[in-house]
Amino acid sequence: MAIDPTKIKRYDHGSRVPGWDESADLTKDPAVVPDPATTYVPEPVREAIEVLMGKYPDVRSAAIPAMKIVQREHGWLSPQAMEQAACVLRLTPAYLVAVASFYDMFELKPKGKNDVYVCTNISCSLLGADGVYARMKDEMEGDPDFNVRAFECLGACEIAPMASVNGVYVGPLTEDDCAQIREDLKEGREVLPDKQLAKRKAASKHWKR
Amino acid sequence: MLANIDTILFKDIDEPGLNTREVYERRGGYEMLRKALKMEPGEVLDEMLASGVRGRGGAGFAMGRKMSFIPKGTMDKYLVCNADESEPGTFKDRELMQKNPHLLIEGIIIGAYCIGATRSFIFIRGEYDYVADILDAAVAEARAAGYLGENILGSDHTIDLVVHRGAGAYICGEETALLDSLEGKRGNPRLKPPFPAVQGLYQGPTLINNVESLMNVPVILNMGGAEFAKIGTETSTGTKLVSISGQVKYPGNYEIVLGTKTRDILFDLAGGPLDGRTFKAWFPGGSSSPVMPLTEEVLEMPYDFDSIAKAGSMLGSGAIIVFDDSTSIVDVCYKTAHFYRHESCGKCSPCREGCNWTEKMLVRIKNGDATPMDLDIIESVCSQIMGNCLCVLGDAMAMPVSSMIKHFRPEFEAYIEAKREEAGFGVSIPQVNRGAHAGPGPLLSPAQAA
Ligand SMILES: Cc1cc2nc3c(=O)[nH]c(=O)nc-3n(C[C@H](O)[C@H](O)[C@H](O)COP(=O)(O)O)c2cc1C
Ligand code: SF4
Ligand code: FES
Repeated sequence: MAIDPTKIKRYDHGSRVPGWDESADLTKDPAVVPDPATTYVPEPVREAIEVLMGKYPDVRSAAIPAMKIVQREHGWLSPQAMEQAACVLRLTPAYLVAVASFYDMFELKPKGKNDVYVCTNISCSLLGADGVYARMKDEMEGDPDFNVRAFECLGACEIAPMASVNGVYVGPLTEDDCAQIREDLKEGREVLPDKQLAKRKAASKHWKR
Repeated sequence: MLANIDTILFKDIDEPGLNTREVYERRGGYEMLRKALKMEPGEVLDEMLASGVRGRGGAGFAMGRKMSFIPKGTMDKYLVCNADESEPGTFKDRELMQKNPHLLIEGIIIGAYCIGATRSFIFIRGEYDYVADILDAAVAEARAAGYLGENILGSDHTIDLVVHRGAGAYICGEETALLDSLEGKRGNPRLKPPFPAVQGLYQGPTLINNVESLMNVPVILNMGGAEFAKIGTETSTGTKLVSISGQVKYPGNYEIVLGTKTRDILFDLAGGPLDGRTFKAWFPGGSSSPVMPLTEEVLEMPYDFDSIAKAGSMLGSGAIIVFDDSTSIVDVCYKTAHFYRHESCGKCSPCREGCNWTEKMLVRIKNGDATPMDLDIIESVCSQIMGNCLCVLGDAMAMPVSSMIKHFRPEFEAYIEAKREEAGFGVSIPQVNRGAHAGPGPLLSPAQAA
């Protein structure tokens, strides 16, 4: 029995897999390297990427740092953000999407403004990280201001359970700290100043014994 | 009195302003670079060889030997510092770079001089953004002072250093995946050989070393290789930072002399178990190292590369994760498998599929619809992963998972039965096909098995 291809259910973008790379529009032909004459790139973005390109023997090396710049600018790696990076780097947007989809810190879908990465790896979960993550989700999920994610070991297990809030490492967290983090972010304050890792002394000094 | 603590790399680590060039130089910083530039590169290499120092990133390969593999000649050579530090439980490089970035920069410049590299990179994990900012500032200071750039300190050597931030992927710590990522690609490991020392970054000979390894370079030049070799044991020289975390009283980074007794580390430095608990087991060297129950015998073991290897595990990155009797081994095992499933790059089948199925079986165990035979299948999957992968990430999942099953099988079995009952599945069928290589053989019905 022959399969009728028109009967196969497909998503809007033409794939049978839901939303695997919204940064690329699969209904269109593959994009070529964007034309600098017709692509708008904000001047500071162009300059920052060009500085990066000068640092490496091969411009491709600048692809990942460049995507970080446009992600910061646009909030996520939107098609427009990718086009701008691709235009300056002289690469195709498809190449950039293929690279970006490999890495955890690139967002291929729109996301909340504040990144809250809660570590749920071994050392943190030994000290209650799963509860902290659940509570953090309760506090923030659905609010467009926040992007709460469970993360693998963030390299700060001495303050387990911990989280990275917009890149600031805080811990050890209790479940009650989650509401405080939310408040601090909403008010634009420094997050949990007493629990920031950057202020902590080496272990042999930190612990009074 | 605490056993040998914070002696070399961590000495006065909290001195205010140590991350600035001014304070670093006041403490004798960059003197070793001046000394190195007056030596021949071959003489620097001789000191490294004499020191016997082994890599601190995981594999423990002799640093001097790796340097000696870099071909001589005038081709473009590179030095890459591996600051990806994503192995669960490891957090030593972060503290070192945050508090003493110039020591790393000095180590990199001397290393680059030794192998004749003109370009060097620090590949730092993307999550360590604030540490990368500190490094960037320190690199700028070093460049302004003439330690980096063209004709450093008036010599005819050119050495440049770029801090490259990753974007979140554990596999980029694997040296060849790191190189691909640094070249702006997906971080898939490469087939070896050729090894990076021959064909690495941009096809040029490349030396890759861990942060802590490179920080030891100025220390070795200062002391002299032979003197350095007197610290520690015969085959594990020098000091090591251990990152202690998990269920202990005083978690954190401590610097120990290699060969320190495990008991001294876990009880003197880490303060022993939390109140009212007892230690159950540990990962001696990061989540990739086989788990060992904390028996009296293990507590007597010297903490060095060879003693731990002899006891059946590995020193790895020096990340000690301890858990106590309140923790279920199944939870630890699941977290471990889950991590590697998430981080497997997918390039080769044993790892991609093996990690995936191992995690799924552990989920089944947690949900109560597994039987003890699943443990045999996990063991068999793990044994088929080991040695069959393109890089050692697959082994890094298989080793701890199978070690946990090996040492704690009765606990797994009891857990399975308890969960089955909770979930209303009743007791499991009598066990059949037990053994090291159970595989998916024919299942006997309960009647036949009886
Ligand atoms: C999956 C995987 C992850 C690794 N992650 C790291 C890491 O985060 N940091 C590191 O220094 N080495 C890591 N390594 C080890 C490196 O491949 C390499 O052996 C090391 O950087 C060499 O430096 P060393 O000789 O100074 O130890 C990893 C290896 C593997 C297989
Ligand atoms: S072992 Fe795993 S991580 Fe390594 S190359 Fe194979 S699939 Fe990728
Ligand atoms: S396990 Fe959470 S920071 Fe390492």
